[in-house]
Amino acid sequence: MSKRFYKDVLREALIEEMERDSNVFLLGEDIEVYGGAFRVTEKLNEMFGSMRVMDTPISEQAQTGIAIGAAIAGKRPVLEMMYMDWIGLTLDQMVNQASLLHYVYDGQVKLPFVMRTQGGARASASAQHSKSLEAWFCHIPGIKVVSPSTPYDAKGLLKAAIRDDNPVLFIEHKLLYGTRGEVPEEEYILPIGKADIKREGSDCTVIATSAMVLEALEAAEELEKEGISIEVVDPRTLVPFDKETVKESIEKTNHAVIVHEAWKTGGFGGEIAAIIAEEMFDSLDAPVIRLGAKDCPIPYSPGLEPLTVPNKDDIIAAVKKSLQ
Amino acid sequence: MFDNDKMKLLYKRMVVTRQLEYGIREQHKAGKVRGPVHMCVGQEATGVGACACLNDDDWVTSTHRGHAHFVGKGLDLNKMVAEMMGKSTGYCGGKASHMLIASREKGMLGGCGIVCGALGIGVGYGLTFKMDGSDRVALSFLGDGASNEGMFHEALNMAALWKTNNVIFVEHNMYGLTVRADRHLSVENISDRAAAYGIPGVSIDGNDIIAVIEATEEAVARARRGEGPTLIEAKTYRVLGFSTGDKGGYQSQEEIDSWTTPEKDPIIRFAKYLQEKGICTEADIEELNAEAQNDVDKAIQFGLESPYPDSSVLMEGIFA
Repeated sequence: MSKRFYKDVLREALIEEMERDSNVFLLGEDIEVYGGAFRVTEKLNEMFGSMRVMDTPISEQAQTGIAIGAAIAGKRPVLEMMYMDWIGLTLDQMVNQASLLHYVYDGQVKLPFVMRTQGGARASASAQHSKSLEAWFCHIPGIKVVSPSTPYDAKGLLKAAIRDDNPVLFIEHKLLYGTRGEVPEEEYILPIGKADIKREGSDCTVIATSAMVLEALEAAEELEKEGISIEVVDPRTLVPFDKETVKESIEKTNHAVIVHEAWKTGGFGGEIAAIIAEEMFDSLDAPVIRLGAKDCPIPYSPGLEPLTVPNKDDIIAAVKKSLQ
Repeated sequence: MFDNDKMKLLYKRMVVTRQLEYGIREQHKAGKVRGPVHMCVGQEATGVGACACLNDDDWVTSTHRGHAHFVGKGLDLNKMVAEMMGKSTGYCGGKASHMLIASREKGMLGGCGIVCGALGIGVGYGLTFKMDGSDRVALSFLGDGASNEGMFHEALNMAALWKTNNVIFVEHNMYGLTVRADRHLSVENISDRAAAYGIPGVSIDGNDIIAVIEATEEAVARARRGEGPTLIEAKTYRVLGFSTGDKGGYQSQEEIDSWTTPEKDPIIRFAKYLQEKGICTEADIEELNAEAQNDVDKAIQFGLESPYPDSSVLMEGIFA
């Protein structure tokens, strides 16, 4: 084990999978000569050549269609969508092609296709480069949605996504690229669809996704000083969603707070809350609390942007409210 | 051009396509084929002629109006009709509809109900063939309306830039939905748009199967040589309106009549050609017509007699 950066282990995962399987190739904007806006594909063109690390024109819709076509034809494309905010440009291909062709063509085609993207606010990137839009994709049957919060999860899950025979939306976070964590030297793969308990606790379950896991862990430290023990559950993959781990945790703590960076209204937290209400109601001692971004566009100003998404203080307040 | 047997087969496929449309229209009225059905009466030469230039391992992406493409690519008529009726014996087990028929075995991948929605996928096929050093070709059918989509520009730019193994075949049937071409196209010839991508563009008479074959053969040969995509625009006419749900009123009778004369009708023209070239006698033509009708009748019977899928398959195959 050694401490390595999130962005570096994503790159390691790409290298390992490209070395293992010659059908794996990368395409996207700025990934080849420049090495990726977030440096994940740095110098991969020198290792694998421009036929396997391809700069594309700024044409998100056709990039997505081409990746889908290549997947059907036997490749395992990994498409980098530089900002999640631009994913609307790919939606027709994701919603009307990628998600459903395996089903409607009755299994005649497989779509081993990964769209890597990154979302999240607090980087002063303003309203068109800061959003968290995962709920759109969780709503569509046929697309897996992965959202790792640590370098360990990022590497193991990206390798799993590349080996998966289905379309996978792999959501990174712009603030996580520069975080470090323990990652084994030897190869490992993590299962898609399995949550991870990032911190054990007994008083309240906090279900947190992506960068909000870090906020939840900070909240846990502070709450511990006050004698409150929270269990931080990171779903890691939203589709498929690991209900079982959430259920076991809530049966233990009898309290649930959900926190994500996406807007609260229509966010995936609502789905998690509904699952808890439908299937775990008898375990609850208090109503489920959801934390999400305020329902406004993400503003630019340093005076405003930090107010839009939840932070550790919001989580601490929510836990205390739940335990009242 | 092809040998006499293949020419006869192509003629039969055109008649099969036409009779299929009328047969399906009857079944739709009877409630046995449901939903909107998009028929290609008058456009048989393009689908049948272009697909005749491809092998089974060349892949085609189709449109919402793909019956001539399916027949042209040699798909089994029984399984096509069964799919149109939502039966378990259909190409996609009844999950697809007439719009989304696919056959991996025959290289039809596949039907697409979103205008221009499959062009990027087609370029993905062509790119893969090129990456693999193969001379396989992907041909994407589009309508005139599709040439106004953003995908058209994005995909053609990339196909041209990377010289992928593609042919883009536009069936210009004069209408995008209910809107006539002169009210939705900024150019008279869609092939003019090829110049924007630095690729060859050609406009042909889409009701002349010989012209269709000649243009497609050249484009396919170019793609096989690794020289990149060609844009073919075949001018034809959509005789029966947009779909079975079309209430009409926007295609004048004079216009329809002008496209359905013996001089314009693609099937009558091809029959005349075959007789002039001594490939067929009048009796041969009548025999092929009868065979085609018989095939269609049998396929409709097969579809009607087939069962609907078992409810157990509903939630199967969402993920691989």
